[in-house]
Amino acid sequence: METVIQVDNVSKMFRLGEVGASTLTEDLRAAVRKLSGRSAAEIGENDRTSGSSSGSVWALQNIGFEVNRGEIVGLVGRNGAGKSTLLKILSRTTAPTTGEIRMKGKVASLLEVGTGFHPDLTGRDNIYLNGAILGMRRAEIKSKFDEIVEFAGVQRYIDTPVKRYSSGMYVRLAFAVAAHLDPEILIIDEVLAVGDAEFQAKCLGKMKDVADKGRTVLFVSHNMGAVADLCTRAILLKNGQLVLDGQTEAVIRAYVQQNMKISLKDEEALSNVENRRGTGEARFEDIRMLNSRGEVSNEFFPGDDIQINMRATIRKDISNLQCSIGFRSGRTRDIITTTGRNLVKDGHFKAGEEITIKYNLPKVLFRPGVYETYFWLGDHRADVAIDVVDNLIAPLVIQIPPDDSTIYQNGYFSIPFQVEIST
Amino acid sequence: MVRLEEKTSWNLIIKPKGGLIDLNLKELWAYRDLLFLLVRRDIVTVYKQTLLGFFWFIIPPVLNALTYLVIFGLFAKVETGADNIILFYLIGVIAWSYFSDCINRTATTFRANASVFGKVYFPRLIVPLSSVISALIKFLVQLAFLLCVMAWFAATGSAPNIQWHLAAVLPILLLIMMFTGMSFGLIISSLTTKYRDLSNIVPFAVQFLMYATPVIYPASFFPEKYRWIFDWNPMSPLIEMFRHVLLGTDRFNLMHLGYSLAFSVLCFFVGMILFSRTERNFMDTV
Repeated sequence: METVIQVDNVSKMFRLGEVGASTLTEDLRAAVRKLSGRSAAEIGENDRTSGSSSGSVWALQNIGFEVNRGEIVGLVGRNGAGKSTLLKILSRTTAPTTGEIRMKGKVASLLEVGTGFHPDLTGRDNIYLNGAILGMRRAEIKSKFDEIVEFAGVQRYIDTPVKRYSSGMYVRLAFAVAAHLDPEILIIDEVLAVGDAEFQAKCLGKMKDVADKGRTVLFVSHNMGAVADLCTRAILLKNGQLVLDGQTEAVIRAYVQQNMKISLKDEEALSNVENRRGTGEARFEDIRMLNSRGEVSNEFFPGDDIQINMRATIRKDISNLQCSIGFRSGRTRDIITTTGRNLVKDGHFKAGEEITIKYNLPKVLFRPGVYETYFWLGDHRADVAIDVVDNLIAPLVIQIPPDDSTIYQNGYFSIPFQVEIST
Repeated sequence: MVRLEEKTSWNLIIKPKGGLIDLNLKELWAYRDLLFLLVRRDIVTVYKQTLLGFFWFIIPPVLNALTYLVIFGLFAKVETGADNIILFYLIGVIAWSYFSDCINRTATTFRANASVFGKVYFPRLIVPLSSVISALIKFLVQLAFLLCVMAWFAATGSAPNIQWHLAAVLPILLLIMMFTGMSFGLIISSLTTKYRDLSNIVPFAVQFLMYATPVIYPASFFPEKYRWIFDWNPMSPLIEMFRHVLLGTDRFNLMHLGYSLAFSVLCFFVGMILFSRTERNFMDTV
């Protein structure tokens, strides 16, 4: 089998913190260091999530793998694992610090659709401009023009400036251009698949098309369902390192397990107030997720009951205390659902009191995937956050059920439905 | 045998750092359509949805020239050495605005295109190139307008003293201005990705440079004591010669032109080195 992508010992270092006026002196110091013969590689730090005083961090370390022609490889890992960095290096928007990547054939990487669209230009002009930015020649775009317009369904508006387009039309046009790229290697970010369900389905469908033609696809995703469905092989990253490369099933299992390992009541995370937002009049002390058997767990199947127990102490007298929990997903880490704000008892508490809050979430219909958690104590009337635990404890992991009939669904939720089909 | 084939058939290699100057002409050529489309975008979006449309290429230099004409020509009564002071100011303004346009348009290359550069790879140099070509097209429109004005003056009996035998120098002047302007822009855009403060200084620096160049007055306007400023300023010969060819005023000295050319080449190398360094990693700092 022919190797078409070779990632050879790639590392990437980032400088942390504010990059501003101070960098001039830092640069000078670095120059002095260089002269005295010390290389940049000596200032190493591994874990992006833990605090580092050296001011730099390795977002990727010694990543190496090969991809054969026709393989569809999923790249998975938690936020901060280095997926996006690797994606950026593969799409050449930033350079690796060390290492080398070799590729064979026409490469297209889609981190976004509609890059370079100008609002004042017509749909026609933007098709050409965007196509050229993505690397197509004008003649090539011309030959595919009618197809693109038809795919996007914007025939009537093709000579209207795109700023007058509805957002749906805009995205359809943008995707239509990308869909006609016809590369030999496609590097694609899951973030593309946000947007409406129809668009997501189109996006995944297009990837399948590319794959069916024997092309090579590298797919970066949080969506375990999509990875399980599309990919023949997966690669798991953790803290910038490649921890597993193998069959999709095994990698997904490891990914889920990896997320399990993070202690559920992460004392350290909860006691460390430094990175917590809020006024601090009350503090979460303990947060646990329980399954229907009453065991602490963060691993569930779609449709399971989940109980969340929270304990908080009151530090100052409060009136109108409310709480809320939410779940985030996707690379934009948008909250996809919350419980809304709930008054805790009558909302009045004295300093030193301890409260427990229990949430019962029956039949949680999340699709398989990893959902970060968000816990909020606050005062709704004043719209003030008192304590926020955002992605500090283990995420909620919804596993793929053994018989996943929902695998072709997209999005975050499985909705209950009945279907009647007649002829 | 097989290994040899494998080694040679990689068509894309991503490495930490290229050479000092990362100029891949073959790749640039492959993206020539993008260059054309970007220039087209720049031109088209200027007059889209404006009442006066294409005239917006001409109106600013005319208004600028009028301002200088009134302040410096009529009130301050600066001795220009030209029979036709309207043309003196108009030519100076048009030539300078071409140069400053080349700087200003390229100076924001990285910051203005951060969202695009962060998502798609293409040779970054395409963007500043498209900027200076757009500036050139705008300049050519203004030049055409200028020639019409000159023709009108010729028809009404006050013909400008055009130095026909030197006409061939004009394109050379334009090229040097383009390269110097673009090089300044490349240097500025590269440095501003890290040192933001610079971007605030640029407009003042360009303005200051204009006053240090004989644009709205001839070199003779400065007292002898300070004239070295014009002699050392590599932009002076370009503007002076431009006006000399079209109007017969100012100084003309091929040695000075050589100086400007050498400066331009030097700037271009510095600009390319900084640009090459920046384009590979600027997404990490921007």
